[in-house]
Amino acid sequence: MSHLPAYDVIIAGAGSIGTPTAFYLARAGLSVLVLEALPSVGQASNKHAIGGVRATHSDVSKIYLCAESIKVLSTWREIYGDDIEWRAGGYCFVAYEQQVKKTLQDLLACQKSFGLNIGWLEAEGIRAIIPDIQMEGLLGGTFSPEDGSASPMKTCFAFYRHAKEAGAEFHFNEPVIQIGTGSGQIQSVTTAQGTYACKYLINAAGSWAADISNLVGIPLPVKPEAHEAGITEPVQPMFSPMIVDIRPREGSSNFYFYQHPTGKIIFCLTPNPPILGNYCQDTSAFLPLASQRLIELMPKLMNLRVRRTWRGTYPITPDGLPIFGRTEALDGYLLAAGVCGQGYMLGPGVGMLLTHLIEGRLNAAEEECLRALRLDRSFTSAEKLK
Amino acid sequence: MEPNLEYRINSHPILPIKPEPYLTFYWKNQEFHAKPNEMISSALFANGIHIFGHHPKDSAPQGIFCANGQCSQCMVIADGLPVKACMTPVRSGMRVFPAEGLPTLPDVPAAAVEYGPTPRKQVEVLIIGGGPAGLSAAQELGKAGVSVLLVDDKDHLGGKLVLQTHRFFGSSEAVFAGTRGIDIAKKLEAQACSFANVEIWRRSTALAIFEDQSVGILREGSSYALVYPQVLLVASGARERGLAFPGNTLPGVYGAGAFQTLVNRDLIRPCKNLYIVGGGNVGLIAGYHAIQAGIHVAGLVEAAPACGGYRVHLDKLVRSGVPVFTSHTVVEALGAEHVEKIRVARVDDNFRPIASTMREYACDTVLIAVGLDPVNEFIKKAEEVGLPVYAAGDAREIAEASAAIFSGRIAGEQIAERLGKSQTQVPAEWLQLENILKSKPGELREEQLPRAAEGVFPVLHCNQEIPCDPCTTICPKHLIQIDGQDIRALPRFLRSEAEACIGCLRCVSICPGLAITLVDFRKRSGTALVSLPYEQEAEHLKPGDLITVTDTSGAALCSLPVQNIRKLAGFSGTQIVSVEAPAEIAAKIAGLRLISSTEPLKTFDGTGEFTPDLADNAYVCRCERVTAGEIRALIRSGIRDINQIKAILRVSMGACGGKTCLNIVKRMYQQEGISLSEVTEPPIRPVFVEMPISLLANVPGRPSGGEE
Repeated sequence: MSHLPAYDVIIAGAGSIGTPTAFYLARAGLSVLVLEALPSVGQASNKHAIGGVRATHSDVSKIYLCAESIKVLSTWREIYGDDIEWRAGGYCFVAYEQQVKKTLQDLLACQKSFGLNIGWLEAEGIRAIIPDIQMEGLLGGTFSPEDGSASPMKTCFAFYRHAKEAGAEFHFNEPVIQIGTGSGQIQSVTTAQGTYACKYLINAAGSWAADISNLVGIPLPVKPEAHEAGITEPVQPMFSPMIVDIRPREGSSNFYFYQHPTGKIIFCLTPNPPILGNYCQDTSAFLPLASQRLIELMPKLMNLRVRRTWRGTYPITPDGLPIFGRTEALDGYLLAAGVCGQGYMLGPGVGMLLTHLIEGRLNAAEEECLRALRLDRSFTSAEKLK
Repeated sequence: MEPNLEYRINSHPILPIKPEPYLTFYWKNQEFHAKPNEMISSALFANGIHIFGHHPKDSAPQGIFCANGQCSQCMVIADGLPVKACMTPVRSGMRVFPAEGLPTLPDVPAAAVEYGPTPRKQVEVLIIGGGPAGLSAAQELGKAGVSVLLVDDKDHLGGKLVLQTHRFFGSSEAVFAGTRGIDIAKKLEAQACSFANVEIWRRSTALAIFEDQSVGILREGSSYALVYPQVLLVASGARERGLAFPGNTLPGVYGAGAFQTLVNRDLIRPCKNLYIVGGGNVGLIAGYHAIQAGIHVAGLVEAAPACGGYRVHLDKLVRSGVPVFTSHTVVEALGAEHVEKIRVARVDDNFRPIASTMREYACDTVLIAVGLDPVNEFIKKAEEVGLPVYAAGDAREIAEASAAIFSGRIAGEQIAERLGKSQTQVPAEWLQLENILKSKPGELREEQLPRAAEGVFPVLHCNQEIPCDPCTTICPKHLIQIDGQDIRALPRFLRSEAEACIGCLRCVSICPGLAITLVDFRKRSGTALVSLPYEQEAEHLKPGDLITVTDTSGAALCSLPVQNIRKLAGFSGTQIVSVEAPAEIAAKIAGLRLISSTEPLKTFDGTGEFTPDLADNAYVCRCERVTAGEIRALIRSGIRDINQIKAILRVSMGACGGKTCLNIVKRMYQQEGISLSEVTEPPIRPVFVEMPISLLANVPGRPSGGEE
């Protein structure tokens, strides 16, 4: 195989996960090739992400990885110069029902135990940070000021640019069609353009991760699920946090929105029942549903105009947690899959994690992440704030 | 306070002026007058207000660009809400403010808001667009008994026909040739509205097509509905192309269609001294409409070596005295908050301006008329979701309105057949006629003038093959004929012993190109009475006035006194001006000067300041204020996916959604020598026009702001 172009690591997918991973690997001195089916970086799910970034999850691994990501995103401009639009606007989960209040407060205890900066605000406290919130029936909510938002597209492009500077190669319009294995190890990756030898293959193919994995006969419990989002015209700044409403409503299981630094409101909901598959045409149900939920939480927004909507997919796993790390059956095959719609906020964290894994210098917290998020797990627990 | 009439057209050679009561509204808390149902943008222009606000990104002044609901440049704050000034009717007492930076949303009552389900409607055929194509299709479908819903975003149906004061070309038999566009619109509307099975929603905008094959519609500006058609017909017409040059977003630089809307639909005189960029039919016609409205046209530039529009439209302009410069382009528009000057220059074989040929002219408005693009997002989206879709008119292929009428009829018939409501096939002659009507103008022929110096005869200054035949059908003696069956051939006057021309002037009155004169030697020797069509204000001319007569190319022949001015019954709007001319020039006279010539303020020798084509400081994306320089840098860095340019610079992420800029970005790739086959275009995303959240949620009655 010595005649083949050879890389230390090939990454399938130049999205929210693959691009930062390429950056960290290249900076660690490894030779990296990223194979992307689409014409440029971030063109599958990354550009559909609305940009929310939080460490305030309920799972310790996700908390660790997202906290690492926040360190990177919040200091990126300072260190690398690109404006990726990071803003620490915080996350605010609001409660209008006793049941929701209890769920949030139970989680709060757990989140605090992990050292997260998150607290409970009574209704008036919520109004202090979100003056136009619907006060009728508001019981309070959690607020985590260190969470925030940034531009997924600009971040992905920044990682791409710096990854290339560090020596990573990117091939676009070049989907993986075959994976060569031998002696229980990854040997090569084939595309329509050629075959490349490699020691490691990282599956960062997002909603297509299960298809890639099928090429090596390792089934992944990752299924794409549709979510829809929209953006409005810009208005004067009204509030900073991502506002999350976890009440189920007919047609949707939750709703969240924030105001972008340009003044536009970006909103998103989780359809209920879920819509499976990679088909991405817009549903007629989304705009009325999302508009109603927006008005329900902030009546003043009724006079705003929706500018655009889009539909993207979440690569969903049965327990709502991602699948990261080695596979038992095939040496050199690493998973960075099943991120359940949180690829953007997990990206930098998982990029560093896999780089450390390949370099053989994992710290204890990272070891713990890989243990918890391995493919060979029961998938029976359930993430509380998907 | 009396209404300000300075910017209103109070008399017009063609358009009727309806006396209407004025209402009052407020701009920046000052009282102004408007006509009922007038759009806010027109009401502001009627009061001399052209600057509607300043952009939040860089405080650039903003005004109208398309006046057609497409570009989103004209935002103002009306009763507390941000709206498109060109699509929002002014109301009595309305308080309008400029959009300065980002708007602030008005407060609403604190109580929980009620909302309801989205109304749904099933229909056999949904037609988007009530222009010539949509109305003609509706008529065919109406006849076939198909249930039809036609939606149009304007109050008056007819599409761009309602802006056309000239008589139409085409076939007299098939498509109303010889009738003015404004009158064709009324006929088509009446025909479509005569069927009980054809429902029409005016002021209703199609916003999106969804995966369940429904079409989201903003109905009458006040509610949101989902329509489920079995078949969609897209007859949404065309939108004007933008052009990127320094100063291109200054108020006063706008589309020729916007100009025609202001002048011919709303009877507003938006400017005094106009410069036109583009010599296709749209630019040429706009120039003539300007003269009819009493506006001076300082010049017209066309980048190609010849104007692409009908020769007779060009001839009308040059005879009137408008300087037309081919192989010339706009280099820059100058002005602080509004256009004050334009710089133009000759272009080389690669359409690059030549610095040493640059000239500067005074003007207060620059019209962009550089072509049209089909409004085809509905077609693409319908195909993506598998909704059976047909297209007609400009949405399918840019052509004349007469061709759109035929393409609409054909589509209507095909859909009726598909739905099993019609047994007849589309007649072969329809398809043939559609092809004829949409054909490009033919080669220019050298003018053959008659040498006769006796009797009476028409002179046909018609030197280019276009589909047109009214002169042949109107002649009571059948002396004007077209060889063969193809109405594109040039008409000829047949001299005949048996039947002589009776000098009835009907051919002079009907010619859409104003290209026929009548030369009468009968009562004179050495001179002839030459009668010319005249579609300008009657009071501008009276017997005895000296006029400069010109040949077809616009060259002055001599000055002559007007003998008389007449009008034939049945030819409203067209007057006949007669002069007594020396015999040797009588047949050469093709028109009369209407405006004075314009000299440049300044010429350049190529050594000083100069801006090249698509200069770095030209704005490509108007909504997000992105320059050609920023985009060029990314293209040169190797980016071939426009999605990347979008992600990095926000190009096409503004209110218009790329309707004006994406074509310019593609042109920039070509300018860099990159084939478009290497370039990836962004996806088409709903909603195609911004839509209030209260309507999407079906909140009863859209509450307005706290400005009252």
